[in-house]
Amino acid sequence: MRRTRAAAAGAVTVSLMTLVTACGGGSSTSGGSNDSPKTLTYWASNQGASIEVDKKVLQPELDKFEKQTGIKVKVEVVPWSDLLNRILTATTSGQGPDVLNIGNTWSASLQATGALLPWNAKNFAAIGGKDRFVDSALGSTGAQGQDPAAVPLYSMSYALYYNKEIFADAGITKPPATWDELVADGKKIQAKGKSALGAEGANLSENIHHVFVFAKQHGGDFFTPDGKPDFANDNVVAAVKQYVDLMAKDKVIPTGDAEYAQNQSVSDFAKGNQAMLLWQSASANLKSQGMSEDKYGIAPVPVQSGTPGTGTQVNSAVMGINLAVFKNTDNIDGAKKFVKFMTGDAEQKILNTAYSSIPPVKTVQGGTTFSSGANAVLKDTLATSAAALPQVADESQFETAVGTAVKDLFADAAAGRAVTTESVKAALEKAQQQMPTK
Amino acid sequence: MTTTAPAEAAVGEAPSGAAKPGPRRRPGRIRRIGLPYLLLLPALLLELLVHLVPMVIGIVMSFKELTQFYIRDWGAAPWSGLDNYKVSVDFDAPVGEALLHSFLVTVAFTLLSVGLCWLIGTAAAVYLQDNFRGRGLLRALFLIPYALPVYAAVITWVFMFQHDNGLVNHVLHDQLHLTDKPSFWLIGDNSFWALLTVSVWKGWPFAFLIVMAGLQNIPGELYEAAALDGAGMWQQIRRITLPSLRPVNQVLLLVLFLWTFNDFNTPFVLFGRSAPAAADLISVHIYQASFVTWNFGTGSAMSVLLLLFLLVVTGAYLLLTSRGRKPAHG
Repeated sequence: MRRTRAAAAGAVTVSLMTLVTACGGGSSTSGGSNDSPKTLTYWASNQGASIEVDKKVLQPELDKFEKQTGIKVKVEVVPWSDLLNRILTATTSGQGPDVLNIGNTWSASLQATGALLPWNAKNFAAIGGKDRFVDSALGSTGAQGQDPAAVPLYSMSYALYYNKEIFADAGITKPPATWDELVADGKKIQAKGKSALGAEGANLSENIHHVFVFAKQHGGDFFTPDGKPDFANDNVVAAVKQYVDLMAKDKVIPTGDAEYAQNQSVSDFAKGNQAMLLWQSASANLKSQGMSEDKYGIAPVPVQSGTPGTGTQVNSAVMGINLAVFKNTDNIDGAKKFVKFMTGDAEQKILNTAYSSIPPVKTVQGGTTFSSGANAVLKDTLATSAAALPQVADESQFETAVGTAVKDLFADAAAGRAVTTESVKAALEKAQQQMPTK
Repeated sequence: MTTTAPAEAAVGEAPSGAAKPGPRRRPGRIRRIGLPYLLLLPALLLELLVHLVPMVIGIVMSFKELTQFYIRDWGAAPWSGLDNYKVSVDFDAPVGEALLHSFLVTVAFTLLSVGLCWLIGTAAAVYLQDNFRGRGLLRALFLIPYALPVYAAVITWVFMFQHDNGLVNHVLHDQLHLTDKPSFWLIGDNSFWALLTVSVWKGWPFAFLIVMAGLQNIPGELYEAAALDGAGMWQQIRRITLPSLRPVNQVLLLVLFLWTFNDFNTPFVLFGRSAPAAADLISVHIYQASFVTWNFGTGSAMSVLLLLFLLVVTGAYLLLTSRGRKPAHG
């Protein structure tokens, strides 16, 4: 009898404990606190050739920060394939990092969730003021008319990387400045048995960055001025068709690239199998794959005619990484200190050099390091001919819907099916219908 | 909770008691009969916690407009009534049309995959029933796909299916010259066959394992008697093996069906977050509807519809198969 009673008591205890632990946890702080002032958790995006490389770059800097402030930063480098999901999960559960990197194109979408600390005048004052940053970078930090959801950390732009040796073999003396020239040069290169241009046909984000620029060059936009999706207008259709036609009609992109999504086109270029690559700040990546800097040249991305500039002469999206503070942080002062540290002159120089990106901080950008060679082209593009992707709350959905449409069109082209104005329009209309209606 | 279980037990026990229990003995009986329920309680609560609570939350979510504007504070998301369901089943509109397409692809894929898994698994089990040298080795070899971690196995298939350097194209095109030019397996229409191949490769060893276990229970005398009566191998399979395996197959097919229909890992590792239309399985489709477009309400509504469908199919299947069995016993 006693044993029975003990067993019963045990069962009840276990049950009650289960319930108690299930209901516990998940504190609901709303505006951030200073409950644990000695530690910070930081989610970094994968900027270098691998996650290991990033850890090596970041750790010495975090040690410096700890020495200065006594705050220990636990860093986790999150791969791009997981980052957005991880942020969404953190937003939903309220359990996330204190400070995090976000792709600058996500700024407005994440801003809409209300999970990130808004950078109002007071918060900006804590990190040295908003006017430390260049305007083009600030243009990709959230919806217009609202306080930025993040501050710029690294800036990047697209450029045309070309293999000097292949160009010389094909008798090409200067990199193409227009798409017609690129196609013509591509034919010469193919005649020599090399592949002309690489693309990541199954990578949704890459597709978006390219068709966005083509749309600008055709005078089109994916969203109306009041932020409604307008994917199937004639200019956008022409733009998407021109991009896919590089594979379907002009045949300068090999059909195999239609299934690329893991940066295989960068490897093709680094191995010397392919003459041209349209990529953002690729130098560090190419170096890690064994391609030395004297093997390739860097030129602005081609335009339809003339030279890069604003309006229809745009030749890159404003790419980059922003640094955001999670509103639920329990070390809000420490988080701001960390942002100040990371956007400070010294760190900006070290980190942007390591990642071959351009510092979005005015005082550092002007330095000699970022005004020569590859950096000059990227910096020039950012300053004169780059445009911000749409800063609307639905940006993330737009990337998925239109990115998938372009992926499917590439698949059609690869399978030898015709890519026509009608088929492009139909694909884009379908993408638009998938967008949220509210 | 802790008080209701013994009380219910006492009520349930009353009619079966033969003699009228004396008032003094009642507490002891309650305790004795209530004890199993009490001991089951932790498991029951954990079951509630692990399975039922998330399911109920999912159902609640399906009635809310849970978009990116509200994920930080679910409570604030407005109720949307049946809107999410209306969007999901409006087959003339793009969202519903895509869901229906994905559903049909999944049904076709599941039927083919389960059928092939069962056929190959049963055939292999029957062939390996006779004792011969190396049987153990073959059995172990056949189970490897089932034992491998899904991710590692499927990512290997991704490499094999690559257009430029993949093994599949190397064999089919370069060696055997079966195709005019290398085919795409991970994009476009062929992706359905790529997915089916991986699914069958991964699933048949389970059928093999279960059928093999079932075959151990069929008495050898039956086959001997049949052989004496002049039954060939095919007749033995039809008259002895298959009828004897009926209860095993009944469970096996159901489990394979549910696993294949709900399979997320295989298509996700194979194709990433946006699967080609030809291989757009419903689990990835729903994932995309919720995580990629950030509309968790619609995603939940689709999940609930899927749950209902699977419940109906499972219920009907169990009803039909158990009804079919009764005359055999009677």
